[in-house]
Amino acid sequence: MITLRNVSKTYHLRNRRKDQRKSRLAEEATPSLKAGSTASSGLPDDGGMDRPKADANVIVALKNVDLHVPQGSIHGVIGLSGAGKSTLIRCVNLLERPSSGSVVVDGQEMTRLSSSDLNQARHRIGMIFQHFNLLTSRNVFDNVALPLELMGMKRAEIRERVMPLLDLTGLADKTRQYPAQLSGGQKQRVAIARALASKPRVLLCDEATSALDPQTTGSILELLRDINQQLGLTILLITHEMEVVKSICHRVSLISGGELVEEADVGDFFTAPRTRLGREFLNDFLQLEPPKALVERLEAKAGANTHPVVRLAFSGDAVSTPLISRLARECEVDVSILQAKVESIQERTLGLMIAELLGPAEKTRQAIDYLEAHDLHVEVLGHVQRDD
Amino acid sequence: MSSAMIDLILQATLDTLYMVGVSGILSALLGVPLGVMLYVTRPRQILARPALNQVLGIVTNIGRSVPFIILMVAIIPFTRMIVGTSIGTNAAIVPLTIAAIPFVARLVEGALNEIPPGLVEAAQSMGATPGQIIAKVLLPEARGGIITGLTITVVTLVSYSAMAGAVGGGGLGDLGIRYGYNRFNPTIMLITVAILVVMVQGFQSLGDYLVRKSDRK
Repeated sequence: MITLRNVSKTYHLRNRRKDQRKSRLAEEATPSLKAGSTASSGLPDDGGMDRPKADANVIVALKNVDLHVPQGSIHGVIGLSGAGKSTLIRCVNLLERPSSGSVVVDGQEMTRLSSSDLNQARHRIGMIFQHFNLLTSRNVFDNVALPLELMGMKRAEIRERVMPLLDLTGLADKTRQYPAQLSGGQKQRVAIARALASKPRVLLCDEATSALDPQTTGSILELLRDINQQLGLTILLITHEMEVVKSICHRVSLISGGELVEEADVGDFFTAPRTRLGREFLNDFLQLEPPKALVERLEAKAGANTHPVVRLAFSGDAVSTPLISRLARECEVDVSILQAKVESIQERTLGLMIAELLGPAEKTRQAIDYLEAHDLHVEVLGHVQRDD
Repeated sequence: MSSAMIDLILQATLDTLYMVGVSGILSALLGVPLGVMLYVTRPRQILARPALNQVLGIVTNIGRSVPFIILMVAIIPFTRMIVGTSIGTNAAIVPLTIAAIPFVARLVEGALNEIPPGLVEAAQSMGATPGQIIAKVLLPEARGGIITGLTITVVTLVSYSAMAGAVGGGGLGDLGIRYGYNRFNPTIMLITVAILVVMVQGFQSLGDYLVRKSDRK
């Protein structure tokens, strides 16, 4: 379980070194006191938070982020580069210390821990990275053994722990190989085995598949889904790929400019994203855009002689119902399908369509109502002049 | 060539190896930790202490900027305090070591600099303490670079040790200056230079071999 409450992170640019020295010294002197006062006051202790734009030397990486990932769930955070994804995931295990707010992992308030307690807590949080971050000087076995060595586990015990993990990740025949001899996908498998070695309750994935080709991405995602199901592991992942969200996430948050702008179940997000950015991500992913020639003719307002172009999204029962032909019969409009696609998002089937509704204005309005009444998500993209 | 001459050359060779060997080991023992300190106390590093880092940096730079021949003379009182004399191979070891420590430290710092920061971050995410990061991540990952640095240091020490001959430090440099240069004996000069060349080649090959053996990249 991961809960972030009102987490913000700001960087100060000018006198950066001095600031960091000061804050580090302060942390070292009174770690619990400083963190405690921040968390208990519940208010941002950083004066810069309220006027980030006014002060050019302050960069706001995260702003009032609230996020809850229940035990056993896979939560994706998607955003463009520079949106704050990396900072967000690093705030969970305090690789980045939030400027304010509270981070609770498995019931433990991370920001208040002393540095040795924090190291203990990190044993229960696994993390994998875009560039794998394996030690080149250690072979596969010893890389997976590293977190156990750090915990002071004995060699024999380590062996008993590591071998099953290498089996789980399909690396049993690679134990003596060095990272340089492995492919990207194999390296990420080693990194996953390593992250699981200390039996964490939570796994953080920092763009874990972004450096992999599509096929390898698929197999790594499958592995992550397996361990989520087998071990009941809570997974928080950040990505810029909709494919990742689509194939393994239960819930998704959209991050932009350091803020979470949208959060939804993955099925809902793919059916009807609520924000403009969400729609951009989705359209980009589905490649479902009206043809260019049509876009140029699109007008925002309906005229006397126009008909609407709509984007329809339907899931569940609606997919198998012959709605279009019924629409034609019952509302007396013709439907000209410009693009259509059926996607399966985990257990849900999702239909998407861009269509022109041809008919008198009154009839097309009725048709839209009819579709909405049947639980379709209808978005009017615009209106085009009648050809005739 | 007389057998006395051969003995002299043999003795000088052993003296050089002794000076280079002892000062090499001492400077590694002291220079590697200093190099690690220079690296980990940098701002934003695992034991960031920017003030200490600056002091260490300045001291290291001073050590590296003083010409060896001047350093050798300047620290004679210190040398005398440590080994009881300012002449001979043992006395030469002190300035050689002092000169090599900052040299080693900067090379080690450079080797550590080559490690991708992601590895340290990964270790931190596993709950590694700074000490564990140094012992299990930084030093093993930089092993090849550190061995390269130590090889360069040993080769430099060979040529510095020849300079030590100028203040009665013994060794091949001393032999070359006294017999070859001062007494116009080109044979001795050539032989000492040849031995030094072979010695440097040997150390370099040994270093390269060790780097190859340790490098898994």
